[in-house]
Amino acid sequence: MSLSEFLDMGGYALYVWSSYGLAAVVLIVNLVIPLRQRKKLLADVTRRVRRAARI
Amino acid sequence: MIHFFHQLSSPRYFYDVAGRLIPWLVFACVLCMIPGLYLGLVEAPPDYQQGDSYRIIFIHVPAAWMSLFIYMVMAVSGAIGLIWRIKLAEVISIASAPIGASFTFLALATGSLWGKPMWGTWWVWDARLTSELLLLFLYLGVMALYNAIEDRRTAARAAAILAIVGVVNIPIIHYSVEWWNTLHQGPTVTKLDKPSIHLSMLIPLLLMAAAFKLYYAFLVLMRARCEVLRREKNSRWVKSLVGEAT
Repeated sequence: MSLSEFLDMGGYALYVWSSYGLAAVVLIVNLVIPLRQRKKLLADVTRRVRRAARI
Repeated sequence: MIHFFHQLSSPRYFYDVAGRLIPWLVFACVLCMIPGLYLGLVEAPPDYQQGDSYRIIFIHVPAAWMSLFIYMVMAVSGAIGLIWRIKLAEVISIASAPIGASFTFLALATGSLWGKPMWGTWWVWDARLTSELLLLFLYLGVMALYNAIEDRRTAARAAAILAIVGVVNIPIIHYSVEWWNTLHQGPTVTKLDKPSIHLSMLIPLLLMAAAFKLYYAFLVLMRARCEVLRREKNSRWVKSLVGEAT
């Protein structure tokens, strides 16, 4: 099987690759959200700890 | 054993254990997903009726299974939080909602992308599709209800009640293809009979299902850790956490 044959998916390329692409987007977004959230939460705590130390 | 659960329900202990567990779950997930994708996209032969379009099954079916599984996790842990007032159960329940919603969305969208070439339509209002759409709205309802109430514990209780009531929809989704005459095909794997799918397609399907389940497992732990941090932000252990980091 050649690469172009593989990419063509028997003529269903649009449907098959959009499905897999969409799955990739959903999985990646789901991963990025908690990573960013954790960073932000920890930064918040750090800021409050520093402020408390100054007072 | 009881001691273990008691310890695990302490937020700090949970935060540590979950943090150590996540890399292993990621590793196991990748270990399932790579061969799953390879076998599903390259090795498995085209279907004799649907050609290559059926390869959407390796995303669609695991996503649909997860949409039901995550809902049950959300409802059961919500009930545990409601009855025994275990904070960690509330946290798991709430952390599950957005993940479940996104898998439900993925099941619906890939179903649409599969329906267009096979049925000639993106959408029909049949029992399976409609009940799955209702599931998406239940997830969104749980999330909206939780975010609408200021006090987190009251909010978790209200969201848990909605989640529990919505459980009636789960058997409806599962049996919809048998109870009603629908455009959606009947079950392929989850029936009492032998699965009506060849091994070369069943193996990648099960690998992808395992990968999705593991993906959910580490996502829910990551989200639960964030929720624990948010609830415990004034505690000494959280402050000492950043003390080490800075």
